[in-house]
Amino acid sequence: MSTVLTLAALTLREASRRRVLLALGAMTAVLLTLSAWGFSRLADEAVTTGEARLTASIVLNLVMFGYSLIAALGTAFLAGPTLAGETESGLALSVLARPIRRAQFLAGKWLGLVAFGSGFVALAGLAQCAVVYATVGYWPPDPLTGVALLAAQTTVLLTLAVLLSTVISPMASGVVAVGLFCTTWVAGVVGGLGTAVGNEAVARVGSVSRMLLPTDGLWRGAMHAFQDPTSIVEISGGAEAEAFPFLSVAPLTLGYLAWAVVWVAMVWGVAAMSFGRKDL
Amino acid sequence: MTAAELAAPAVASAGASSPAVWCSALRKRYGKQQAVADVSLEVARGAVVGLLGPNGAGKTSVIKMLLGLVRPDAGEVLLLGRPASDPSARTRVGYLPELFRYQPWLSAAEVLTLHVRLSGADVSTQEQRECLDLVGLSERTGDRVGGFSKGMQQRLGLAVALVARPELVVLDEPTSALDPLGRVDVRDIVLSLKQRGVAVLLNSHLIGEVERVCDQVVILDRGRVAASGSLVELLGQRELRLHLTHVSADAEARLARTGPVQREGEWFTVSLSSADGESAVPDLVRDLAVLDTQVHAVEPARITLEERLLGILRDGADARAQTVTEPSR
Repeated sequence: MSTVLTLAALTLREASRRRVLLALGAMTAVLLTLSAWGFSRLADEAVTTGEARLTASIVLNLVMFGYSLIAALGTAFLAGPTLAGETESGLALSVLARPIRRAQFLAGKWLGLVAFGSGFVALAGLAQCAVVYATVGYWPPDPLTGVALLAAQTTVLLTLAVLLSTVISPMASGVVAVGLFCTTWVAGVVGGLGTAVGNEAVARVGSVSRMLLPTDGLWRGAMHAFQDPTSIVEISGGAEAEAFPFLSVAPLTLGYLAWAVVWVAMVWGVAAMSFGRKDL
Repeated sequence: MTAAELAAPAVASAGASSPAVWCSALRKRYGKQQAVADVSLEVARGAVVGLLGPNGAGKTSVIKMLLGLVRPDAGEVLLLGRPASDPSARTRVGYLPELFRYQPWLSAAEVLTLHVRLSGADVSTQEQRECLDLVGLSERTGDRVGGFSKGMQQRLGLAVALVARPELVVLDEPTSALDPLGRVDVRDIVLSLKQRGVAVLLNSHLIGEVERVCDQVVILDRGRVAASGSLVELLGQRELRLHLTHVSADAEARLARTGPVQREGEWFTVSLSSADGESAVPDLVRDLAVLDTQVHAVEPARITLEERLLGILRDGADARAQTVTEPSR
């Protein structure tokens, strides 16, 4: 276990020393400032309390999507260089010649990336909730669950990026992971539109994509935790809410959460097997 | 039980009495290319063994298979008495890769601390500092590796290989980026390891370097062991250069009885085998004098490792050419 923790700490130190943390911190500060200004303007425009809460919910989810995108892109593009990049450059040779297993090496890198991505979304997400509360007086119903699901979404994507980086080049692994993430999100929006207009075939696109890559499903669960419960009723009694990409009609089921855990375990297992068989 | 198992040293419980490295019938294929075909070798405790061969002979592949970095298609490896498939076999192994690269965002001291932690060894900060001092990096301990020259990174790699009190050190081209002074430093370090009873497997293109420090040499060619043995065994063949005049047919026959003869004008080069005793040269000179040959000069000569290596590789190439042409006859 100490080997895994040593390598996880090394991955975090790399993110820090390569100024990834600094860049993310600066970007988050800018986003928080802009959103604080935007929310205060929205508060001025709202006519009723219900309108204000609905607007706050939608815009909060939109900003949170921005954070989840930053975390997803960041970890996906970090996973490639830290794993595939190190094996390509020869940096991993002297480390893996030590008395450690390949799976420990992979677990250390993965854990470091999970801590990095989760830490970022937790801090940025809670800071954003505080900004919204300070500007429009809205506090999400379950911010901790929301932040935890955003962290889970980041974990899913970086696990995929780790798997890809064991088989393809560092750059390609980041591009493919982010491409799949965006495709699943678009498929989720398309599926929502299908549900809203009653087209089962189109609605199934979203359901299938959420099973294949659980990022969009977790994201919808997070949105539900951030939005005002009454906001769905505001939109035609909830029937057309499915068509809104930044509102979620239902909370996450435990079954889906379990599937996400199984999905991560399976993909991690395949990554460990692939990395274990790799000639360096 | 396989032949390899029969031949394997009884090391499971032997510990320190087992060889530092033992491998048998290693094979590795990359696609259509057979990189390593049936390589067996042994490095005794405290011995310095040189791995020689042309580019693409499979030297680095063999080293990586020994260290578990490349999966062999077949064969067995024991490191310090333990199967190489068990990572703990590498606890007391230091390695300087041919492609040496270290975390550019860490300082030299931090790289060493990382490797000490990963090895599980209890090495004090003072000892780590001494290790950096040994490779000439005492003044750069706090500097980021990203700012190091290639030569300095290779020196750091050497410190990484030495820091966790190894019983076996594997050096893959350890002087490729070093200046002549650095090469001498590496030679001194290898000799001091030998004195301390640390086994060294040294892959180097610098044959002179290998000849100076190695007890034994393994020559690889096209993924196979072309020759192996101690330097005395490999270089046992001595030569004698003689400047002769008035050489009769009987004198030429006498020279030929001693060994293969090459003639360049009045100079004759006779190859002596290691089996020839101390009296071989005086006996030859006396017999030539008896046969009325005028002996102007007698110079002993020794075949260098480089000449021996080239000879072995050329013989291998000739044998392959013969194998290719024979079926068409």
